[in-house]
Amino acid sequence: MSETTLAPAPVEVQKGWGGQSVKRKEDKRLLQGEGVFVDDVKRHGMGYLHFVRSPYAHAHITRIDVSAAEAIDGVYGTLTGEEVAALTDPFFQISSAPGANIKDYALAVGKVRYVGEPVVAVVAETRELARDASELVEVDYEALPALVDARRAQDSDAPVLHEDAGGNLMWTGLYSWGDFDAALAEADRVVKIPELHFHRFNSTPLECDGALVEYNRGVGQWTIHTNNQFPGFAAIMMGPAMRTGLDKLRFVTQDIGGGFGNKITSHPQLVVCCLLARKLNRPVQWTEWRTDFHLSMSHGNERWFHDTEVAVKDDGTLLGFRTKALDDAGAWLRYEPLGGVIWAQVTPGMYRWRHIELDFTQVATNKAPVSPNRGYSRMQHLWFTERVIDIVARELDLDPVDVRKRNYIRAEDMPYETPNGCVYDSGDYAATLDLALQLIGYDSLAGRRADAEARGKRLGVGIGSTLDSGTNNFGQSQLINPELQFSGNNEVATVKLDIFGEIVVTLGTTPQGQGHETTAAQVVADILSCSPDDVHVRAGHDSYWNSHAGFSGTYASQFAVTGLSAVKGATEMLAAEIKKLAGAVFGGVPAEALELADGGVRIKDNPDAFLPFMACGAIINANNAGLPEDLDVTLNCRYVYRPPFEVPDVERKFGNLTLTYAVQIHVAVVEVDPETGSYEIVDYAAVDDCGKRINPQIVEGQVMGATAQALGAAVHETYEYDEDGNLLTPNFYDYHVPHALDMPPLATGAIESPSPFTPLGTKGMGEGGGAGIHAICAAIQDATGQIVTDSHNPYQRVWELMQQ
Amino acid sequence: MEIAVTVNGQTYERDVEPRKLLIHFLRDDLDLTGSHIGCDTGNCGACSVIVDGVLLKSCMLLAVQANGTRIETVEGLSEDGELTRLQQAFNEHHALQCGYCTPGMLMSTTALLRENPSPSEDEIKKALQGNICRCTGYWNIVEAVKSVAK
Repeated sequence: MSETTLAPAPVEVQKGWGGQSVKRKEDKRLLQGEGVFVDDVKRHGMGYLHFVRSPYAHAHITRIDVSAAEAIDGVYGTLTGEEVAALTDPFFQISSAPGANIKDYALAVGKVRYVGEPVVAVVAETRELARDASELVEVDYEALPALVDARRAQDSDAPVLHEDAGGNLMWTGLYSWGDFDAALAEADRVVKIPELHFHRFNSTPLECDGALVEYNRGVGQWTIHTNNQFPGFAAIMMGPAMRTGLDKLRFVTQDIGGGFGNKITSHPQLVVCCLLARKLNRPVQWTEWRTDFHLSMSHGNERWFHDTEVAVKDDGTLLGFRTKALDDAGAWLRYEPLGGVIWAQVTPGMYRWRHIELDFTQVATNKAPVSPNRGYSRMQHLWFTERVIDIVARELDLDPVDVRKRNYIRAEDMPYETPNGCVYDSGDYAATLDLALQLIGYDSLAGRRADAEARGKRLGVGIGSTLDSGTNNFGQSQLINPELQFSGNNEVATVKLDIFGEIVVTLGTTPQGQGHETTAAQVVADILSCSPDDVHVRAGHDSYWNSHAGFSGTYASQFAVTGLSAVKGATEMLAAEIKKLAGAVFGGVPAEALELADGGVRIKDNPDAFLPFMACGAIINANNAGLPEDLDVTLNCRYVYRPPFEVPDVERKFGNLTLTYAVQIHVAVVEVDPETGSYEIVDYAAVDDCGKRINPQIVEGQVMGATAQALGAAVHETYEYDEDGNLLTPNFYDYHVPHALDMPPLATGAIESPSPFTPLGTKGMGEGGGAGIHAICAAIQDATGQIVTDSHNPYQRVWELMQQ
Repeated sequence: MEIAVTVNGQTYERDVEPRKLLIHFLRDDLDLTGSHIGCDTGNCGACSVIVDGVLLKSCMLLAVQANGTRIETVEGLSEDGELTRLQQAFNEHHALQCGYCTPGMLMSTTALLRENPSPSEDEIKKALQGNICRCTGYWNIVEAVKSVAK
């Protein structure tokens, strides 16, 4: 059982730095334009890379001629799919058959499968020249019919993307827990929902993908300066494909301009850069253009839920559901079909139903490949469970608040094992909802409804309650493909005391705005009894630093658990070593008699016996003669945090898939204009419970960002294709992301239910669960009285709803 | 073409291709990489700079068009490494996360505050409508600017 502290009553600030809103260490350089983002990295003689991309959604490539481009002065060279196929092996596939059989290379080989797919790479002296020369590359295509609607993918006459897979089915799996037929028998009512649709969009980090790659011919090693946010994954994809050991792939990141999961699957482009750096014997620079990003990078999973049946009692008690999920992977399985299991981290959503059956199918289409996007795969599923709640409430004429409270997993049942073996660690969902309702002024809504009506508007209120499951157990990949040899998770930190007493922390993570330098310094400062200002945290990731492991990176809401636990472990090791050293210097004083304070170590009852960190660092590093031979101290400590996980039961698809489950409950109030369908979000509340907060201001910033992205997706953002497979929103002209004027008034609240399973009581957070997307859907349903079946509700769709 | 521009008080004379964008000139030729590129349609504002006192998106201007102008970029805001009040307010209010849009946000709000030292919340939001941020949801940016408005 965990303690729950209610905010906005002030949360007690613990003694020390953890729990305080320490101002960010990162900001000074970023505010002065002194951050180092990937496009800022330059090398003498580097060439700029530009991709020639497919204008067709589906076509055979019949001829490629690069001679006119290569003949231009200043063009350094090109790379074609044919060369890639000769120099590399297809990327390893996560999927079992049939998806396992597709052959994915860094450039299109023989065929293109979506508009914007890279076909040829051109490297030239300047960005402008590379772009111009790309226009001179001649590619002949023989167009094929395009498949854009995943629901048609398995029709007998559907165009087939991957002949090697024998069709468009990539992966399918039946998940069944409890006894849904028994639930049907017990139910008073079965609510049926024919189709729900979660749309395609992504987070569009403001900085696009990029890299500067150098090849060291002497040792056969590439240095890849990049903004890829999961170098551990990129490395295991790239090494085998490039037929090289991982020691030959050095990844370096510094400041990253937003990631949100969208920068996990840039490995094909990085391979192209590597091959060209070697071929041309010069550094190769690639910065993706915004339109290229929209056309080709990391769209979020589009998903349908068909033939849903919900077994309920008349009083609103939920017994279970059955549904068929159809997931559109786009043209390639870059991180997929992991989305086919990631959703299962939150199988029941926040509810106590025990009988669940979900038939998951993922298909390929002639659209950009999908990849993780903030809230990856859980967001789709949580939107589904929330939709079910509000549709059930409407069908049974019950209050959505009451249905939620009746069915929420209860605080006294925590930790709670879900039907599929996940262990929700802590939280009080009902109390979290109450706080959100209080922030929105729920009790005064009747008056506001009347007021809106008097102005010709319809007011609606909607709830989104979601979980941000964090710290993956990668063993869940074995539910997708039992052959895979991944499980657990890890992260690394090193903490050392340098020669003049500098405290230097090195992380394996790749922060993109989450403030890792600051929160890591807070954790270190508490253990070493110093100030965060005294702690130097290296920015970014470098696989030369020996502070990375197989799962290093920044993704899937885990730094507060994996990263900070590694920092805590390494710092505690260092603290112990400092005491051991001081004990020896003081002539055999035991560690228990020593304490760290004021930037040094001292004997507890003898303030004069004080050894500053500077002396400790100097003694070990530069003045160590005469120290006892058996003194095992380096003052350079490396710790690998490994969360406590078991390999899930593949047969039953059962096990704990993540370590922590942070809570988000959002409430939106909208006013709809019935004449036009346009609506305004007039009030909004977001309450978050991510356990112990190391830095509340940073946590709140993540909540705000996730909220803004959810509202953008709900109202404006969509990757829609025409019937020929052309993306209709290929840049910020057509893909409207929220601007300052679009943002509603926002109230945030926090509850702290520390996780009993993590060293600091923290939970991963930051992705949010997409609660805002559902809150808007529910508010529109409330305002219009019509069932909302789509996650994307632009004004014309709301107008259409009201015509029903 | 030969051009001469003064950026943050320093004059640079360079030979540039007529088609080169001002943002690429600043970043690639002058190595002033504080101004960023977030789109290719003039929507995002990460490249915002002040040219002869006028706020402009430097991706919407050719370098040669800037010949003879005085340009201010984010690198010129602070003096002797001391953050301005506006920069400090961004830090205090957590108005930046990844920091990629931040230079543009600072230039837009610097221009706003010069023209209107006491903007209302609505005026601040209007001044930011040409700047996209994907991390913060803008709330803290607006709060930061409000805090330095007179």
